[in-house]
Amino acid sequence: MVLTDLIVDFGEFILDGIDALGKFILFLMNAAWFAIAPPYKPRLMIRQIRIIGAESFFLIVLVSAFTGMVLGLQGYNSLRRFGSEGALGTLVALTLVRELGPVLAALMIAARAGSAMAAELGSMQTTEQIDALTVMAINPVQYLVSPRLLAGIISFPLLTSVFDVIGIWGGYMVGVVLMGAPGSSYLSGIATYMTKHDIITGLYKSLVFGVVVTWVCCYKGYNAKRMATGVSRATTEAVVLSSVLILAWDYFMTAALF
Amino acid sequence: METAKSNDGHEGNGSISSGNGAGSAGVNAIVVHHLRKRFGRQVVLDGVNLDVPKDMITCIVGPSGGGKTVLLKHLNLLMRPDSGQIIIDGVDVTRLRTRQLNQVREKLGMLFQAGALFDSMTVFENVAFPLIEKTHLHEEEIEARVRETLKSVGLEGVEDKFPSELSGGMQKRAALARALVHRPKILMLDEPTTGLDPARTGAIHQLIRETQKNHGLTVVMVSHDVPAVFEICDRVGFIHHGKMRLYGSPQEVTSAHDEIFDRFLAGKAAGDGAELGPD
Repeated sequence: MVLTDLIVDFGEFILDGIDALGKFILFLMNAAWFAIAPPYKPRLMIRQIRIIGAESFFLIVLVSAFTGMVLGLQGYNSLRRFGSEGALGTLVALTLVRELGPVLAALMIAARAGSAMAAELGSMQTTEQIDALTVMAINPVQYLVSPRLLAGIISFPLLTSVFDVIGIWGGYMVGVVLMGAPGSSYLSGIATYMTKHDIITGLYKSLVFGVVVTWVCCYKGYNAKRMATGVSRATTEAVVLSSVLILAWDYFMTAALF
Repeated sequence: METAKSNDGHEGNGSISSGNGAGSAGVNAIVVHHLRKRFGRQVVLDGVNLDVPKDMITCIVGPSGGGKTVLLKHLNLLMRPDSGQIIIDGVDVTRLRTRQLNQVREKLGMLFQAGALFDSMTVFENVAFPLIEKTHLHEEEIEARVRETLKSVGLEGVEDKFPSELSGGMQKRAALARALVHRPKILMLDEPTTGLDPARTGAIHQLIRETQKNHGLTVVMVSHDVPAVFEICDRVGFIHHGKMRLYGSPQEVTSAHDEIFDRFLAGKAAGDGAELGPD
């Protein structure tokens, strides 16, 4: 009997997992479909671009400046050992554009806008506001999720570009202005060794992260349980899962793209 | 009180009465046949039958866990049944696709238990929302309709306030205005007086009655507020363990001498665990 129960429990666990994964994927497919299907509500998307993009701008500037400054400092100290201070610009720019820019920008936006997204939708779910939309014959996925998905696709690459530029500037300020690395080679190294491919793949990564973060955070909020801890749990799960998926996807995309 | 069979021919369960003969499809806004729903191993609706007559107030009462809220979620098309039929305004909605369901939904207005007002919008924006999203009315027409509806529920001068700035009773009125603004044929109310004091409960009941008369609405209401709610109801259905145990006019139901209903009315636990399950 014990063995039978174990097999039944294991079977239920597997089926529940497949069911949850199916719902998770269908949620994205629905949101993507309704993003391109009429009626079009650009004002909803613009509002979300403001919330996800514009309101995250100063956080991104702050984080990218310090990231670039640390890279400039560490890079200068490391390269000086080999007498290669002239490669500092290339090191900072390639590290940011190919890797740190997309990943850190996505993690920051997930923490700021993603958590807010999950909390807002979770609160709407627990207070029946999503049911109210359905009863009014308004598709809640089209009204709430699709604009966020589109806004994520637009905002993430833009914010990543800002991250890259400010980060490179931060590296210059510390490496060149403060530590004394040669300024001309900092800039010429970037122009010589950074290719269009580096920039495009970095932005491509950020676009995928935009989908991942909005998808996960909307899904978790939309499916928040109607209980006291429903919203807080949904928010926590959204940020943790988004962060893990960003890092995991980053590895696979790096392996595939570079 | 007649029992067990309604006028449109479907068998009832328990001691269903068809009341004053409002059973034929032509005079019923909603007809429910043998509705069944289970969540996992728990049967929540066990073959429910119900006729909701047009232009009347029908109230579904019963203990928590009896299935009344799940029944309402089927009537407002938020849930799909495992089996059975729901006919709304002559259309069997159980097999409709989303687009057709939305056409039926436009005939419905719904007041949720906690109001479900959008907390990021003002009262005006909340009430205007269905008109902005679902109609092509001009801005001036929308504004006029919103003000007229707010006035009809006794809620003027709060258009620019957010729901969190309103009292519980005012929130219910604002939610009622939003449910009415697109002029539905059928209004559904999920425990509209929950969380209100007796004075506000009486005022909301009075408002529901006046609204029904003024707008010529069919009203379906789930309530635990017995016997106060009987004063405004034309029909009462008592749902217990997923079955419609009693149905008729308030007088018929209260004089049916049903032991379980009498215990419910007296505020005593049925002793069978019905109040422990989900609604």
